[in-house]
Parts: sequence; structure tokens; C-alpha cells
Amino acid sequence: MNHRPITEDDLHAYVDRVLEPERQAEVAAYLGDHPDVAKRVAAFTDQRDLLRAALAPIAEEPLPPELNLSRIIENRARRPSVARWAMAAMFLLSIGGLGGWAMRGALQASPEGLVALAREATASYNVYTPDRVRPVEVRASDSAQLVQWVSDRLHRPVKVPDLAASGYRLMGGRLVATQHGPAAMFMYDDDHGSRLVVLTRPMSSADQNAPMTSQSQGDVGGIAWADDGVGYSLVGHAAPESLRPIANEVRKQARAI
Amino acid sequence: MKDMLLQVEPLIPALRRYARALVRDRANADDLVQDCLERAVSRWYQRRDGAVRAWLFTILHNLAINQFRQSASRGRHVPIDETNEDSFGEAAVQEQKLMYQDVLNKLAKLPEDQRAVLLLVAVEDLSYADAATVLNIPVGTVMSRLSRARERLQQEIEGAADDTPKNVVPIRSVKNEPPADHGR
Repeated sequence: MNHRPITEDDLHAYVDRVLEPERQAEVAAYLGDHPDVAKRVAAFTDQRDLLRAALAPIAEEPLPPELNLSRIIENRARRPSVARWAMAAMFLLSIGGLGGWAMRGALQASPEGLVALAREATASYNVYTPDRVRPVEVRASDSAQLVQWVSDRLHRPVKVPDLAASGYRLMGGRLVATQHGPAAMFMYDDDHGSRLVVLTRPMSSADQNAPMTSQSQGDVGGIAWADDGVGYSLVGHAAPESLRPIANEVRKQARAI
Repeated sequence: MKDMLLQVEPLIPALRRYARALVRDRANADDLVQDCLERAVSRWYQRRDGAVRAWLFTILHNLAINQFRQSASRGRHVPIDETNEDSFGEAAVQEQKLMYQDVLNKLAKLPEDQRAVLLLVAVEDLSYADAATVLNIPVGTVMSRLSRARERLQQEIEGAADDTPKNVVPIRSVKNEPPADHGR
């Protein structure tokens, strides 16, 4: 018989009962042949049992009121968060010190409606898809949280489009800042690693309903549209026309909410 | 927030146990747990994967370590002994309590990094990989610290065998006089 040699790690894993049954039996057989080691392992096992017994009563104690999780959640919901204060401060700053920028924007007729949405989506695509470390803030494995988060922030139910039929899997998503408020961004990739982005947010006054419009900026193409006050923009490294079937799929699913 | 309640609430007793075993003082430990829960609530949507347990222990552990660092610069924290708050009539119960207190006192003599590994693995049942995540060290380091922690605790236990009378024998006198070995 060819046994793998027993390691110190095996002995600890034996004490902690985390070995596979087969290995557990091998270690037990080894201990049978080596009484000195067996004595040490038995001592470690006794330690473990004693520590667990000594600390068990703490976990049995009734929880004090300040560890009541429902209350902690409630309190948090009631008090304005630091982030909200920070946003308010930024807003005041922008009214005061940066008033000039707003004026300039107005004179230049800043883009509204679908044009603005398409630009925001392209900007998000350009910033986040090349990111190898953290392209998304919340991963697909937590998509339930992602949906709840962006739905809360957009004040409407947001559904993550399923693009599996087109060969694209959801990687995850994040909330992104736009000039027209928060938007939800979802990112997808396919087997070749090419990535797509879907950006959605409520439309401001302009373009509450708008048909699909394509745009491109270099090699990056996109299609944007709006349905019942909600805008969508799909952006990828492709000609807009090749994105159209996927855009159709996104629109079909969004209308089914 | 509902899924958070369902996933986090059942873990609170274990978090308390870990905090108490690490810092020893009850009020202090519960403060750490409260802090941990508040952070967990505010960062619930930022956590990376499904391993809520390891995530919570990571937050708690980092809070505890920060506190250790702060109190180390202010001078040693003296653990509070709670065994004599109430006295149970039965000698057997009393003896068991002393035995438990004794092993916790010995655990407290271990360096903090060894203590943390031993508690996470042997008491909180975290996998070696999860313990590595919580402590932000490689799994190999978890194993070597675990090994050192166990050897060291065993030395403490066996070393004390010579002077056991101090801890075990004077059961009957416990009520009347402060235990001799806590004054160090």
C-alpha cells in the first residue's frame, strides 16, 4: 500500500475533524502505531473540547438590547448617513463655488434625453469594462442584492436583463452617477471575454418615450431607447447594428416587468 | 434588509463569543460586536461573495485588532474575572467553572495572533481557508500559527500541573477569600 506521509497539518485537521473519511482513517491508523504522537493529538483534542465547553455559555447568554439587529437596521434607516451629508455638502459647493460651470453648461445646451443617456453609457463602458480588478461593484452571485440596491436608488423596480440567449453572462453591476441622477449599470461578458454594458435610469423631462437610436464613438457602438420614462442604453465593442438583436431582447424583457 | 436579518442574526451569539474570548471584558466585547453589526448593516451590499460568516468575523476581528493596538499604546488591559460574581452551591459545578476559567486564563497568555487562529478554527468552526481570509494571511500561516498555539497552550496546561493546588484544591475557601492566582 502506498500511503501519503502523515503531515502536521493532517494531525490538526484530524483534531478539528475536517479530514476526508479516508484520510481520517489513515491518520487514526498512524496514531495507533505511534503512541507518542497519539498522546499529543489526544491532548490537543482535550484542549479543543475544553475551550469549546468553557466558551459555550457566552453564546447562550440572552442578547442585550444594543445587539438587537432589527433595531440597528431601523436606527440606521432613520438617521441621515454620512454619505447623504457629504452629498448635500457637495451640492451646496456646486451651487456656490462652481456656479460658473452650470452657466457654461446652460449656454452650451448640455445634452438631454437619449443623447445624454447614450453618452453616459459609453462613458461607463469606457471606464469600467477595461477594469481587470473590479469591473463591477456587486457580482452576479449577489444579483438579488444588486437588484434591491439599484431599485432602491432609482425608486422603481429594476430587472437585470438576461442575455444568455445571446451568449452573454451577467458579471454584475453597480450604481453610476450621471448628470441626471443615479443609473444602474449591468455588465456582461461572453466566452471570448468581450464585454457589454446596459445602463438604465429614469429619463428627465426629455425623451420619456423614444425609439431605438444607434450611436457610435470610435469602435464603441451603442443603442439607446426609452419606454415609459425609463431610458436604456446598450453599449459594446461592436457596430450598433450587430447589437440590435440584443437590444431587442433587453427591451422585450424590460417591458415584461 | 430582510435577507440580512435572516443571515446575520443567527451568527450574533458566535460573534459575541469570539469577541469575548479575544478581549475578555464583556462590555468591551459587546461594544465591538455592536460596532461590527452597524458596519455590516451599512456595507451589506458591498460584500463580495456569499460567505457571510467569514465576512462578519473579518469585520469583527479587524475592529478588535484596532482596539488592541490602541490599548497597547495606553497600557495593558486588565481582564475582568467574572467567576465569583455568583456562587453555585454545588462543588462539582464550582470546580467545573474554575476549570473553564483556568483554561481561559491560559488562553489569554497566548500571543494575540495565535489566540485568534485557535478560536476561529477550534471554537468557531471556520475552515482553514475562511480563517485565512479573516486574518488576511495565507493558509500555510494559519496552520503554523494553529500548531504553535496548540503547543503553547499545552505547555501552559502541563506547566500548571505542578502547581495545580492553586487552582483546584481550595474549592471550599473560594467563597471566603479572593482566589490567589488572579491577582497577578
